[in-house]
Amino acid sequence: MALQVTARDTRRKVLSRLVEVACGAAVVIALIPLGLVLWFVLKRGLPALTWAFFTGMPQPVGEPGGGMANAMVGTLILIAIAGSIAVPLGIACAVYLTEYPKSRLSWAARFAADNINGVPSIVVGIFAYVVVVLPFRRFSALAGGFALGVMMLPIVIRTTEELLALVPSSLREGALALGATRGRAAWTVIVPAALPGIVTGVLVALARVAGETAPLLFTSFNNRYWSTALTQPIASLTVQIFTYAIAPYEDWHRQAWAGAAVLIGAVLLFSILARTVTRRLERMHRP
Amino acid sequence: MSARPSRTDFRVDLGFRLGTGALAVLVCLIIVGIGLVLARQSWLSIVKFGFGFWRGTTWDPVSGEFGALPFIWGTLYSSFLALLLATPVALGIAIFLSELSPRALKQPLIFLTELLAAVPSIVYGLWGIFVLIPFVRRIQIATPAMLKKLPLFSGPPLGVGMLAAGLVLAVMVVPFIASVAREILKAVPVNQREAAYALGATRWEAIRMVMYYARTGIIGAVMLGLGRALGETMAVTMVIGNNPQVSWSLFAPQHTMAAVIANEFTEAANDLSLDALVEIGLVLFTITVVINGLSRLLIWSVSERAPARRAVRKPAPALAA
Repeated sequence: MALQVTARDTRRKVLSRLVEVACGAAVVIALIPLGLVLWFVLKRGLPALTWAFFTGMPQPVGEPGGGMANAMVGTLILIAIAGSIAVPLGIACAVYLTEYPKSRLSWAARFAADNINGVPSIVVGIFAYVVVVLPFRRFSALAGGFALGVMMLPIVIRTTEELLALVPSSLREGALALGATRGRAAWTVIVPAALPGIVTGVLVALARVAGETAPLLFTSFNNRYWSTALTQPIASLTVQIFTYAIAPYEDWHRQAWAGAAVLIGAVLLFSILARTVTRRLERMHRP
Repeated sequence: MSARPSRTDFRVDLGFRLGTGALAVLVCLIIVGIGLVLARQSWLSIVKFGFGFWRGTTWDPVSGEFGALPFIWGTLYSSFLALLLATPVALGIAIFLSELSPRALKQPLIFLTELLAAVPSIVYGLWGIFVLIPFVRRIQIATPAMLKKLPLFSGPPLGVGMLAAGLVLAVMVVPFIASVAREILKAVPVNQREAAYALGATRWEAIRMVMYYARTGIIGAVMLGLGRALGETMAVTMVIGNNPQVSWSLFAPQHTMAAVIANEFTEAANDLSLDALVEIGLVLFTITVVINGLSRLLIWSVSERAPARRAVRKPAPALAA
């Protein structure tokens, strides 16, 4: 008996086509806002990105010009503090997770790390406020850096773990066979093999927390003056953008867009960097 | 030289395991610590207001009246609105990228959707204030008067409000749901698809089979998006209007839990108002931890990279000869 194409078959085929088109449309729909955001940040931010923006200080209301030099330095200091907390702790923890992947503690730590990752950034801000700001009775760069460090920790742990897992276990076995202890094998063979990836992962994590605003609002607060003291409130790019964005002055809005352009530029740069490095690593270690 | 591990080697190994393990313990302690710290700091408010805190609708720090219902309402309303908009789009993306996309397009598209997640929320907020809100206002003005009689579309065309917040949130959670859902679909064994095609299924019918197979993980992905939306602060506070009221209207300016903390924390005049804000934070923390925890478990139960390897299934008993 010959197979017959019934009307029902045609309907099924048409439906299938429609769904495929809808899925493609979903991709386009999601990319429209991305395009719009990038377009507006470039259009409004680039013209305001003058030399003075990078070197100048915030001006009083009504005086045009000035820049965000203090805020950019502030953000760098904050992420340096965050990194010095999260990077050593995160990498060591990730080493534990890769060396003892099936232990109960590993399971719990992964679960906890993913949960910290999901804690709203504003709640991390409260945590840092209670733990660091209240005892010293002062907003400080340290408190802000601590908050960002807590946010950064799970990102470092999970990306490092993923990268360490890419290292072929034959390397570890080789080291162990030569008589190395587990720790020695991890630190001198496994971690160095994944190092380029880990470095980029850390850079991406730094870029990610550099874009955080909520945890800084009441930890590092803000500062209109030049300050690099760790125990004083410090300006940051994001909080400065926020302050300028909700203020009613045209000149401040321009500066907020310029700040956004700087942030987006950093995010783009590090994302592209991370992508090239991880792809190279994957190709290198693919069995 | 003997190749047998010496006693010192053994001790070094143990030290390594304990040393790195201590950090794993620390990570677990941080999440517990956040909860405890918040609970202790909000004690004043918990004791004083009890459950009434969550029923009251008046928030007036000056007179010492703290009712958090409008914030809970705003948080839930905006998050569910965002999910309603984001879920179909995100699942569409996940399906397209894992099942339909031409090879050459796949990697660039993955990169772009992940870029969507990398844009800082302050930038979304800035864009929301200066681009989205004027656009929403135009929509509101263009809404026919007939519709405006409905409670869903009532109120003056301010631009700021629930609709703007829902839209921004939707944009922000799409990449999260999409990337997790894609991983989940990737973990579905190929033979599920092959079986469907062998039975004469069309592409969509095969995809439906795959989706059904991965349903727990997909629910987990959507819940992960919900967790993100509930806690999002900056972009929301910049576009929602920050007006504590319980309203169904998409056009009404409202408020959320995260937004009120961001706005009032540094201005909390006395211990009680600070504690009330921390209590809101505590509840936000609890909700997100529960939702994230659940979604992780759901995702892990499906995804190939399950942390604790599931017990190896016993092989089917051999057919009796």
